[in-house]
Amino acid sequence: MAYWLPVAWAGLIAVAVLAYVLLDGFDLGVGILFAVEHHPDDRDVMVNTVAPVWDGNETWLVLGGGGLFAVFPMAYAVIMPAFYPAIIGMLLALVFRGVAFEFRFRARRPLSRAWWDRAFMGGSTVAAFCQGLTLGGLLQGVHAVDGQYAGGWFDWLTGFTLLCGIAVVLGYALLGSTWLIWRTEGRLQHSARRHAHVLGMAVLGLIVIVSLWTPMLNPRFEHRWFGFPGIVLTSPVPILVALAAWGFWRGLAGRRDLAPFLCAEAWFVLCYAGLGISLWPLIVPPGITIWQAAAPPSSQLFLLVGAVVLIPVILIYTGFAYWVFRGKVKVGAHYH
Amino acid sequence: MTTAILLARAQFAFTIGFHIVLPAFSIGLASYLAVLEALWLTTGRGVYLDLFNYWLRVFAVVFAMGVVSGVVMAYEFGTNWSVFAEKTGPVIGPLMGYEVLTAFFLEAGFLGVMLFGMKRVGPGLHMFATAVVAFGTLISAFWILSANSWMQTPAGYAISPHGRFIPVDWWAIVFNPSFPYRLVHMVLASYLSVAFLVGAVGAWHLLRDRQSQAARVMFSMAMWMAAIVAPLQVIAGDQQGLNTLRYQPAKVAAMEGDFTTRPGTSLKLFGLPNLAAGRTEDQIAIPHLGALILTHSWDGTVRGLDSFPRRDWPPAPWVFWSFRLMVALGFAMVGLGWWSLWLRFRRRLYATPLLLRAALAMAPAGFIAVLCGWVTTEVGRQPFTVYGLLRTTQSASPIGAPGVAASFAAIAVVYFIVFGVGFRYILRLLRQPPAVGQHGPESGVPVRSAGLTPAPALEPDAAPSAAGE
Ligand code: HDD
Ligand code: HEM
Ligand code: HEM
Repeated sequence: MAYWLPVAWAGLIAVAVLAYVLLDGFDLGVGILFAVEHHPDDRDVMVNTVAPVWDGNETWLVLGGGGLFAVFPMAYAVIMPAFYPAIIGMLLALVFRGVAFEFRFRARRPLSRAWWDRAFMGGSTVAAFCQGLTLGGLLQGVHAVDGQYAGGWFDWLTGFTLLCGIAVVLGYALLGSTWLIWRTEGRLQHSARRHAHVLGMAVLGLIVIVSLWTPMLNPRFEHRWFGFPGIVLTSPVPILVALAAWGFWRGLAGRRDLAPFLCAEAWFVLCYAGLGISLWPLIVPPGITIWQAAAPPSSQLFLLVGAVVLIPVILIYTGFAYWVFRGKVKVGAHYH
Repeated sequence: MTTAILLARAQFAFTIGFHIVLPAFSIGLASYLAVLEALWLTTGRGVYLDLFNYWLRVFAVVFAMGVVSGVVMAYEFGTNWSVFAEKTGPVIGPLMGYEVLTAFFLEAGFLGVMLFGMKRVGPGLHMFATAVVAFGTLISAFWILSANSWMQTPAGYAISPHGRFIPVDWWAIVFNPSFPYRLVHMVLASYLSVAFLVGAVGAWHLLRDRQSQAARVMFSMAMWMAAIVAPLQVIAGDQQGLNTLRYQPAKVAAMEGDFTTRPGTSLKLFGLPNLAAGRTEDQIAIPHLGALILTHSWDGTVRGLDSFPRRDWPPAPWVFWSFRLMVALGFAMVGLGWWSLWLRFRRRLYATPLLLRAALAMAPAGFIAVLCGWVTTEVGRQPFTVYGLLRTTQSASPIGAPGVAASFAAIAVVYFIVFGVGFRYILRLLRQPPAVGQHGPESGVPVRSAGLTPAPALEPDAAPSAAGE
């Protein structure tokens, strides 16, 4: 029990965070793309492709954070203060972009609407960037003593974390553009294809750089990736990334609607798997393992029962919500 | 107490002060929308659909603000209260985890259908979505209030050698002694808050157009709620006070401004609790009434603050005054409700401008009472975060005052801008009378015109007056 419960929960939290990245990734990406899409009709369509689902997407973030609090309280208690400015920045950015969904349709004057468009774009971009910073900072390692953060204000701020921040922003933009290829048509779809092409190349380049950099951060990661038996697990990852890249560009060239989106999501899944391989069984590198951070078994078991029953149900009705709003989104579509 | 902790407390109070008003609003409004839609489906009267569409827009704005302010809360336990999080996470973390799994996903999953889906799924399924969202808000209240109540009246736990709380009996944790009272009181509070807002909006439009059918329906429904639910809330509040007396006597002493323990305690209507001097100055008090309310006996003894060590005293003036304001508002609500009942039976409900004006003035009463109630509860729990067990001074993160101050400043600026604008948009929506004869939430209002100009269907003169009904 004391061994397996934290393992099960590490898996579940990892899945929740992955679900968050895959889902909120594309809707934050849609916001980031406001930087390059200026036509008011196009912007409305962009927002309307995600308006019915963004709240559900963001809830995975709450599950990730809340789950950490419940089952790995020590990790939660170390990570939040360690990345304090990045976390606060992310939360406030999410405030702006979350309300912008409603506010930009309520703004009466063009000027205030333009401001809420900026809030939508800025909020999405800053939130993505802060998530990248946190991710990079976590890989880099956090100094903790006695289950509390013991580092300085800006330990997390390095070249590596900044690079991760940029990578996440561009990565989400890529997800956003491929999502738009799938869910829109005409001029907007056309320009989303162009953006996807450029973003695809940039993101692939960043994946390579970050992947080469990560093993250098910590000898343990290096051993995991290039030593035996780790290499058996790790070697398929780059191969699959290349395969997804092939599918991605073929899909773009062949004017397929859904393929580029799925291939871009596949990159994220693979990078995430690579991350998992590096970290396991640490939850806060370099020193805290999932067993050290775990809440007592009674807590983990109590919530696990609910999670096992409820997560499939959640997936079903979330799927239903996506299905209700399926199809191409047209100008003037579903706004109440 | 250090500056960092004071700032962290102020920041928590600020963020949750904003957050609580929004869920109270959406808990009440979601149920109201479900009732309106059900009435429309069963009676077929268009006015219910008109009202549904009218309030749905408000709901969308409120809900978005509720969600974003809630996400901030979920992380604030870690950022500013990491020691607290590490120690209590095993107990209150799973409660919040269940809130996410049973409530937040449910609300989010069906919110899209509720807001945008009437044409896509048809009225039956749409009604279902609305009901599910309303139910989700209540489940959310269930879990978060359980977590909060556990911090007030902890039960079902053990303490590990490292000072961590270990859950022992989940049933005892979830249904801890103050939870049922708090849940009832909070849900009624949400309903009352929305009832008084709806009533005020109805009154406002009635003052302009006595014949408006939609305004009449709003006003009448709200006044029924006031007449029936407000008295229930007074009873629920009294019961909760008795519960608090049993489990948190120091809080009640602060609420009552009682510094000395003696039989036949008076009820202080007014006074200035002075912590340094250890007495309540300038009081206007009714002898024996305090004892009568709290112990149901003329000469009952209620413990004053003098029977607790000074280091365990809550900041009495805050608790004393916020409690009085809440109770005063509660009685004012009962008064308005019964007055409306009397006028209703004399068939003058819509024709008494004084009543309409009073209802208008009471628009924010519920929300203010909610805030006062929470200040009473939370400040009264001080100086502990887990009552009697974990001190606030031992709960905070290892973040220095400059860090907390900077984040607080950023949060304050963002909240005032964002929620200030949101509040204006809500007022603007409510200033327009409900449009007559819109069909379905989508009603062909194209996105463009809904954004750049007021939606045509919302134009006052587009709405033929429903005189004659
Ligand atoms: C519309 C809102 C509203 C109204 C009219 C009232 N209350 Fe209230 N009250 C709340 C909304 C509220 C609340 C916001 O829901 C609180 C805060 C925490 C809680 O459990 O409920 C609360 C707390 C609260 C507490 C503190 C409990 C504790 O911390 O242990 C007491 C003793 C009362 N109430 C009693 C009353 C009485 C006697 C009222 C009427 C005469 C009354 N309330 C009206
Ligand atoms: C410290 C305390 C609290 C935390 C950490 C918290 C957390 C949250 C979070 C994360 C959300 C967003 C959910 C989403 O993504 O859909 C939320 C929304 C909500 N919260 Fe809170 N909350 C707190 C206090 C409360 C209280 C006291 C209540 C009610 C009594 C409440 C009721 C709700 C409801 C009904 C929602 C749904 C959104 C809305 O209605 O506006 N919360 N909360
Ligand atoms: C939503 C309604 C709530 C309101 C309006 C509210 C209000 C407050 C206020 C005013 C304080 C500051 C007290 C002081 O420092 O003197 C406070 C503190 C706090 N509350 Fe609440 N609270 C609410 C719900 C909750 C819930 C649901 C939880 C936990 C599950 C919670 C946990 C805390 C914690 C951890 C603190 C910080 C420590 C402290 O200063 O006591 N609160 N709250």
